[in-house]
Amino acid sequence: MIKEIISILIAALLTENFVMVKFYGICPFLGVSKKVETAVGMGMAVTFVMAIASMFTWLVNHFLLERFGLEYLQTIAFILIIAGLVQFVEMFVKKSLPALYNALGIYLPLITTNCAVLGVTLLNVQNGYGFIMSFLYGTFAALGFTLAIVLMAGIREFLDENSVVRSFRGFPIALITAGLMAVAFMGFSGFSI
Amino acid sequence: MKEIIIPVLIVGGLGLLFGLLLAFASYIFAVKQDDRVEKISKVLPGANCGACGYAGCAAYAAAVVENGAPVNACSVGKAAVAEKVADIMGVKAEAAAERVAHVKCRGTCENTTAKYDYVGVQDCTALSKLAGGQKHCRNACLGFGTCTTVCAFDAISVHDGVASVNEELCTGCGACMGVCPHHVIELIPKSAKVRVNCSNIEKGQSANRHCKASCIGCRMCEKVCESDAIHVSDNVASIDYSKCTFCGKCSEKCPKKVISIKDNLSSDE
Repeated sequence: MIKEIISILIAALLTENFVMVKFYGICPFLGVSKKVETAVGMGMAVTFVMAIASMFTWLVNHFLLERFGLEYLQTIAFILIIAGLVQFVEMFVKKSLPALYNALGIYLPLITTNCAVLGVTLLNVQNGYGFIMSFLYGTFAALGFTLAIVLMAGIREFLDENSVVRSFRGFPIALITAGLMAVAFMGFSGFSI
Repeated sequence: MKEIIIPVLIVGGLGLLFGLLLAFASYIFAVKQDDRVEKISKVLPGANCGACGYAGCAAYAAAVVENGAPVNACSVGKAAVAEKVADIMGVKAEAAAERVAHVKCRGTCENTTAKYDYVGVQDCTALSKLAGGQKHCRNACLGFGTCTTVCAFDAISVHDGVASVNEELCTGCGACMGVCPHHVIELIPKSAKVRVNCSNIEKGQSANRHCKASCIGCRMCEKVCESDAIHVSDNVASIDYSKCTFCGKCSEKCPKKVISIKDNLSSDE
């Protein structure tokens, strides 16, 4: 059990990082990675949504969809759950962390369509994970997302203080950075326990 | 039949469940928003043109309530909206200075000739990249009407190679001003009767050669002005409307008749 958990952890964080290897959740990865502070906030919001969504979707999938043989409804039912959760997170953040709410802006409701969230719930089903493993995989995958976005934000903050060739300033250099980071993460592939 | 009803019930039930939970959560996590923001949003035109300097009508409404932005900043809604907003805020509306776009060019096809035949994309910005446009004057209205495409109020049209503004329709949002590659459009008070119709910054001789209707920077207007309102800078006259008394002497004196007087405005006032 422990060995399995560690192997999922390493896979979700490094070898199969959701952003860098599977290329899920690129929109917030590029959109909210200008400052480390907001990137951490975004990572936390996504982690919350992905962890809770993994649990809820497992429950819905196991007790409703599979029982009635309705696996074909997975995508639509999962999106419904994710949308509801994101709406809830938005209300919560607006009420208790207004500064973070303003900083995340449009990217907060966009977690709904963040394919990392839908991806993790569908992968849970594909991999046949149980309730606890689904929750753990969702959490670890979200931590992998957080790792990637915070690293990216750190590099972009650093880039802001350096002189970049004029035509590469802003998004072009960010995209090149993202590409180089993805190449770096490929170095982890094949590494497993 | 069962294959249809059960999925419908499950997905519908889930939707209902989440809907109820969210309704409950929105009650608990309700953020108190000043209801004046919503009221102001309702009276604003909702065009989200950004002429007030905020990101949209909703952002402007929030700025009025929270940061004390001026109640008369909406140039689209003009005095009627300013009054309503002022009512909501409980302050008195000062008359909003109505502004209109004005094209500072009379370089029609007749006044300034073409230096080459242009057959490219029919767009001012594209044309301006090619040796500053096909007209000899490098500051002239290019006449392809890029400004007409951004005008949300159909207030600009191009006649004889020069854009002209229908001041009845113009709301002074300034969208055209932003897209004009030669910056020949400026916003001026609607009450401004005296207007300079040229933006050529060349020196007198070449300005004269390039366009029959160009300001040559002779400073005759500057000398005749009694209220120190008109000045020549960069070889083109410009009027400071906070000082101008609309006496019209500069217009009389101008040897190139670049300064015009709009008579019909007095009836509108």
